[in-house]
Amino acid sequence: MIAFLLRRVGQIIPTLIILSFLIFGLQQLMPGDPAVILAGEERGDPQVLAQIRAELKLDRPIWEQYLNWVGNVVQGDFGFSWRIRMPVAELILQKLPVTAQLATMAFIIGVVIGVPLGILSATRRDTPADFLANGIALFGISTPNFWLGIMMILLFSVQLGWLPPSGYVPLWEDPVQSLSTTIMPAFVLGTGVASVLMRHTRAAMLTALSQDYVRTARAKGLAEKVVVWKHALRNALIPVVTLGTIEFGRLLAGAVLTEQIFTIPGFGKLVVDAVFNRDYPVVQGVVLATALIFVVLSLVADLLYMAINPRLRTA
Amino acid sequence: MIRKTFAAACIGLAALAAAPADAQNLRIALREDPDILDPTLSRTYVGRIVYMGVCDKLFDINDKLEAVPQLATGYRWEDPTTLIITLRQGVRFHDGEVMDAEAVRYSLNRHLTMQGSFRRGEMGDITAIEVVDPQTVRIKLGAPNASFIAALTDRAGMILSPKAAEAAGRNFGTRPVCAGPMRFVERVAQERIVLERFPEYWDAGNIHLNRVTYLPIPDNTVRLANLQSGAAEFGERMEPDDLRAIQRNRNLRGVAVEELGWQSIQFNVNNGERSAPLRDPRVRRAFELSVDRAAINQVVYEGMFSPTRQPIPPASAFRIPNFDPPARNVNAARALLREAGVTTPLQLEFTVPNNPDLRQVGEVVQAMAREAGFEITLRAMEFASSLQAAQRGDFQLYLVGWSGRTDPDGNIHSFMHTRGGQNDGKYSNPEVDRLLDAARVEGDVAKRRDLYRQAMEIAIGQDMGRMFVWHRKNIMIHSTRLTGYQPIADGMIRLQGMRLN
Repeated sequence: MIAFLLRRVGQIIPTLIILSFLIFGLQQLMPGDPAVILAGEERGDPQVLAQIRAELKLDRPIWEQYLNWVGNVVQGDFGFSWRIRMPVAELILQKLPVTAQLATMAFIIGVVIGVPLGILSATRRDTPADFLANGIALFGISTPNFWLGIMMILLFSVQLGWLPPSGYVPLWEDPVQSLSTTIMPAFVLGTGVASVLMRHTRAAMLTALSQDYVRTARAKGLAEKVVVWKHALRNALIPVVTLGTIEFGRLLAGAVLTEQIFTIPGFGKLVVDAVFNRDYPVVQGVVLATALIFVVLSLVADLLYMAINPRLRTA
Repeated sequence: MIRKTFAAACIGLAALAAAPADAQNLRIALREDPDILDPTLSRTYVGRIVYMGVCDKLFDINDKLEAVPQLATGYRWEDPTTLIITLRQGVRFHDGEVMDAEAVRYSLNRHLTMQGSFRRGEMGDITAIEVVDPQTVRIKLGAPNASFIAALTDRAGMILSPKAAEAAGRNFGTRPVCAGPMRFVERVAQERIVLERFPEYWDAGNIHLNRVTYLPIPDNTVRLANLQSGAAEFGERMEPDDLRAIQRNRNLRGVAVEELGWQSIQFNVNNGERSAPLRDPRVRRAFELSVDRAAINQVVYEGMFSPTRQPIPPASAFRIPNFDPPARNVNAARALLREAGVTTPLQLEFTVPNNPDLRQVGEVVQAMAREAGFEITLRAMEFASSLQAAQRGDFQLYLVGWSGRTDPDGNIHSFMHTRGGQNDGKYSNPEVDRLLDAARVEGDVAKRRDLYRQAMEIAIGQDMGRMFVWHRKNIMIHSTRLTGYQPIADGMIRLQGMRLN
């Protein structure tokens, strides 16, 4: 177990090195000169542009810029946002809890709706309940987040006046305000997750329910509830857990459109604004942090497999 | 059961969330998140809106765009290059320090000399700043500059607390300390900027708000929804169709005021190989004649904006009279193309920033110009990339705008002068250069207006160096509870006199 963990952690280092190349390299391919953007309406003055390039070391060779960045990151220094001059690490730490809160709420909504619907759909195959569950999943997958978000704002904020359309505050500052501003975006994101989980839970359950051990369990005279929940579901959960961690990682990477619509100051909004403003240190920092989150989550998924399936513990 | 629980939860949350806000707590929905809040280092238009609360300037502008005293009480020119500014007494910065001539000298020097300052170019050629007495400053210029006072009505005229600026250095913008009506409380990037009333403000009797929160909400639909639901009391730079959307809303009021800036179609006159088809002024004039500016305004902006042929805003005293866009004339356009020896259809590429309304403008122009013999392909580009393409001459027609300045020089020189930093099309005419340079130092309004008239008659009337198309309007929507908002063409939100009833 420990050897497995160490092996997996060891694999993270080369992954991150390759990622750092990709992040830095792809960014250089972006059109649009950051100095021109940063100069704003003073962009016509060559002196201003030269000054910005010198200040941000954009006039140095790319390899030097890369080594400089990596060297600083290794020491925990992600640099400063070129646009608002705040340390990138501080920005990440400020936004990560926001996105984590939203992602967790959305994930809970997704699991609470998606998994039971999947089970219901598989156990009541070809019944109206199955068709209804499939219909809900189809709606969740095919409805664009920005549309659903704006419709929810128009209904719950503008028409009914029940929920504020924006105005996020951290959970520890004002839990009620925080929950009331995140419930709509969490629902928007959660419906997407629920749909994906529902479809996969259904497929995995159908496979599990047709296995010999399920037939044996039924033949033993076990109650259907025990057969479904204890025998079939536990085996069906492995692919669902994989998918769940990927979905959770995706949520943590920031839900750009949803954050934009509900003005949730999370990762997605941070990285999109940074890209448009060519605020490279922020883009680099956030993408690296996101990559790290994914790597860690895939490790978590591996550990969860072992918890669910004891056979994997000795492998 | 579930539905009932959900509804009850929503109502409960709503009751708590919609608890009556502080009666004098104004929430302003901004179109973008400002950059650093340091008057020396900042660049964005939206940042200037926040400064209206935090940092007073030596001068402000009135609705006629005239400079009026703010931290100064007046000015006089000792000679064409020596300016005397007298200062208001009893003004304090948010840290309790006194605002005096020494603070003015420090601030102007900081704007002039700080590494990375964006104010240097706006302040012209200052050779000396002298403290005459605690209430008087003498500024010496290297050459006469008619737009100098106008520069002091914006960030270059903002006075910072020297003590706070020295202590914070380059981080001053994370916690600005000035002498405005509100002091800075906190900023959470992309989320909010909070200011609170400064009781020792020199004009405190005119400030009724206790707290102002600026909320960056870039999506227009969402900004409007925030206003409709009462989550914000003021929305700036709204869209023309929002005014129709709030017509039946008794809680909201819309205000539209002409902006200082302009939107233009820039021709690549002489910047690299791609300029070849547009080097002949007859082709450019033919293009202008093929386009109906009023139709663009009607189709895309519901007729809200003002078609124009000049870069000087309607509110300016320097606006050139009787210099209006010509009527669309397809036959005249075709004749000009024939005269220029052009084989039609003439293929041109039109670069437009990738925004829905500007793309639509591109499509309308494309359709109109086709009738005159122009075959236009649209190239929608993300704004940053389009700027870079324009600079290196990788464009033929480019739809680009400018937020505008109170002084006409800021709206023209950089775009029409041979050495203008934003003259990406490389339009050049020595006579226009001479007239623009002369206007820059001419102090008399009538004479200066005449110089601009002569310059524009050549640069636009004769050469069609750039096609100015329309002036937008700053559309503001605010709660009817709010009174005292002064609509001024610069689009700033001045907190003086504002009150929530």
